[in-house]
Amino acid sequence: MRTHRLPATLALTAALALTATACGGGSSTSGSSNTSPKTLTYWASNQGSSLENDKQVLEPELRKFEQQTGIKVNLEVIPWSDLLNRILAATASGQGPDVLNIGNTWSASLQATGALLPFDQAAFDKIGGKDRFLPATIASAGAAGKDPAAVPLYSMAYGLYYNKKLFQAAGIAQPPTTWDEFVADGKKLTTGSQYGVAIEGGNVSENVHNAFMLGQQHGTGFFDAAGKPQFDSPAAVAAVKQYVDFIAADKIAAPGNAEYAANQSVTDFATGKAAMLMWQSAGANLKSHGMNPDDYGVVPIPAPAGATGTQAVTSMVAGINLAVFKNTKNLDGALNFVKFMTSDEEQKQLNGTYGSLPPVKAAQSDPAFGTPELKTLAGVLQNSAAPLPQVAGESQFETLIGTAVKNLLAAAAAGQPVTDASVKAELTKAQQQMPAS
Amino acid sequence: MKQPRRSTGRTALPYLLLLPALAVELLIHLVPMVTGIVMSFKQLTQFYIRDWSTAPWSGLANYRMAVDFHAPVGQALLNSFWVTCTFTLLSVGLSWLIGTTAAIMTQDTFRGRGLLRAAFLLPYALPVFAAVITWSFMFQRDTGLVNHVLHDQLHLVKDKPFWLIGDNSFWALLTVSVWKSWPFAFLTLTAGLQNIPRELYEAAAIDGAGIRQQIRRITLPSLRPVNQVLLLVLFLWTFNDFNTPFVLFGKAAPKAADLISIHIYQSSFVTWNFGAGSAMSVLLLLFLLLVTSVYLFATTRRRGADD
Repeated sequence: MRTHRLPATLALTAALALTATACGGGSSTSGSSNTSPKTLTYWASNQGSSLENDKQVLEPELRKFEQQTGIKVNLEVIPWSDLLNRILAATASGQGPDVLNIGNTWSASLQATGALLPFDQAAFDKIGGKDRFLPATIASAGAAGKDPAAVPLYSMAYGLYYNKKLFQAAGIAQPPTTWDEFVADGKKLTTGSQYGVAIEGGNVSENVHNAFMLGQQHGTGFFDAAGKPQFDSPAAVAAVKQYVDFIAADKIAAPGNAEYAANQSVTDFATGKAAMLMWQSAGANLKSHGMNPDDYGVVPIPAPAGATGTQAVTSMVAGINLAVFKNTKNLDGALNFVKFMTSDEEQKQLNGTYGSLPPVKAAQSDPAFGTPELKTLAGVLQNSAAPLPQVAGESQFETLIGTAVKNLLAAAAAGQPVTDASVKAELTKAQQQMPAS
Repeated sequence: MKQPRRSTGRTALPYLLLLPALAVELLIHLVPMVTGIVMSFKQLTQFYIRDWSTAPWSGLANYRMAVDFHAPVGQALLNSFWVTCTFTLLSVGLSWLIGTTAAIMTQDTFRGRGLLRAAFLLPYALPVFAAVITWSFMFQRDTGLVNHVLHDQLHLVKDKPFWLIGDNSFWALLTVSVWKSWPFAFLTLTAGLQNIPRELYEAAAIDGAGIRQQIRRITLPSLRPVNQVLLLVLFLWTFNDFNTPFVLFGKAAPKAADLISIHIYQSSFVTWNFGAGSAMSVLLLLFLLLVTSVYLFATTRRRGADD
């Protein structure tokens, strides 16, 4: 008996060990067709306060669509933690939804898989034309020079939120417009129990969004024109160091911020522990923490004094895009649904509910988007927002740079010196992990 | 003539009955495993996942990248491997030690024993996510319970340390892991203890053996078969643990707590390089196979010698 146990246990070990690799793949690459014209499957991302909340928001709209066209839409709301994996699984198996939401920064990466229907002239004509959308949002829907892989659905931009009372108490009349003013104000606002600014240092995505914005101001997009990574250029080092220095040299952010990854910085701002916050569409979130809209102001994030062009970029183009899965069995219906979701009326309705901005120009004039916060953010989106690098390696870039910044902030918080050399070393390491292709 | 045929029929029957189970086993375990091994020889990036049979063969390139310890990818994998080994040894050792101690202490009946045993099993019964997220709140630097006790109440540390970033993250991870897995050791050993005849202890007591000698000469040797399986299972679970670090640190674990499972996940799912991730998984599989065979070989032979 004893001799029999060995192979059995070995098999068990093998099984346990390889569950990590166990992801199969299919080879169905058939294109789109119109063989099932009466139904659509729609994967929505989580925009509301819960998955249930999203269903309550979307179901009535989907019924409206069914009344207009007779097409029944099966809705599935997918949490952010699963969405990308689900899309990859759908891509690998060919079995997926007809229409789906994607984070707009994934556009070029997913475009490279060939799983999404390219929006060429004909497709745009069917949904009412490309000109209806803000140009910056279209630029965030795929690599430059290619037909977009998706169309913008909800848009957001970063703004600088500041606490009016704390500014008044510190004797600061105007919110900062340059980084020198920002740091000077931050120092004035940093007292024993309160800090100038709160940052979400443990959150990889927030880190990379801020690094990108500062990178633009320093003159780098982290990729060269050919799409090759340039993570450790002097401009990139300067940009990342400027961000890390909020904790390291300027000491205007609390060292504890380095581990924030569950929106604690929003809480800190709402409760007056920090006087400034760089965030996208924080209004609803702040309200839920009991902060009155009159208590804070929103202005564009600072830029270098006298900056123009890309150096005046103060935000990434944040938002959600709507894509059509190439393997759809109901192509006409899917495009019809995209047209419906991007119509002026639905744009007003949905963006109004979610607190985001409509990427459709005509819908932005609605009074629902006339609050001081959204007016500022709409201005940022129109004038000083740039899309994250739209290259195939974008998702790797987000993870690697976001993690590098997280490591640097952790070092700064632990009191280790942050120098040009240490920043460069961390960024070089990130670049070397990019797959060579 | 009749006699041998009946006996062959009898020997074949159990295997025939096992056949459906074997087929299913092949389907759900071996097929994905073979798929994973095939993938590890391919250059499977996002450009090919739509039809991964078209991905170009890359030969051993994925493996060469994984074991090139002079380049960042190999270095990170090696670092992650050592972290995982240290972590696993400590976690399994401590879980086993605490589990054994608790099992022996609760062997004799006393008031409230049932309640205590049930309380001991709580961490094992809690859903992993809920338990670990609670720990992550407790480990927060500024508002967490751990620093409140260490710094504000006991004044053991001068500055509040970070637990979820930096080098301390290793100890945070170890704490949660031991907390989560020792009840399993406790449960298994409690069951094992029930099989030791009371007479053995009585005889030993009459012969003048103290508690310590009883544990060393009776309890531990009698538990050996249980321990043999328990340690192996704990080792495999801990080595492959993904949930704990993922919930505690998110998708980018600090270097000091970069366990191999999360590292492989990062290398494949997050950076979309499935071939490299598969190659690392295959290497991990080979390592675990090696450890398991050596372990089983050593323990079965020693037991044979003892018998």
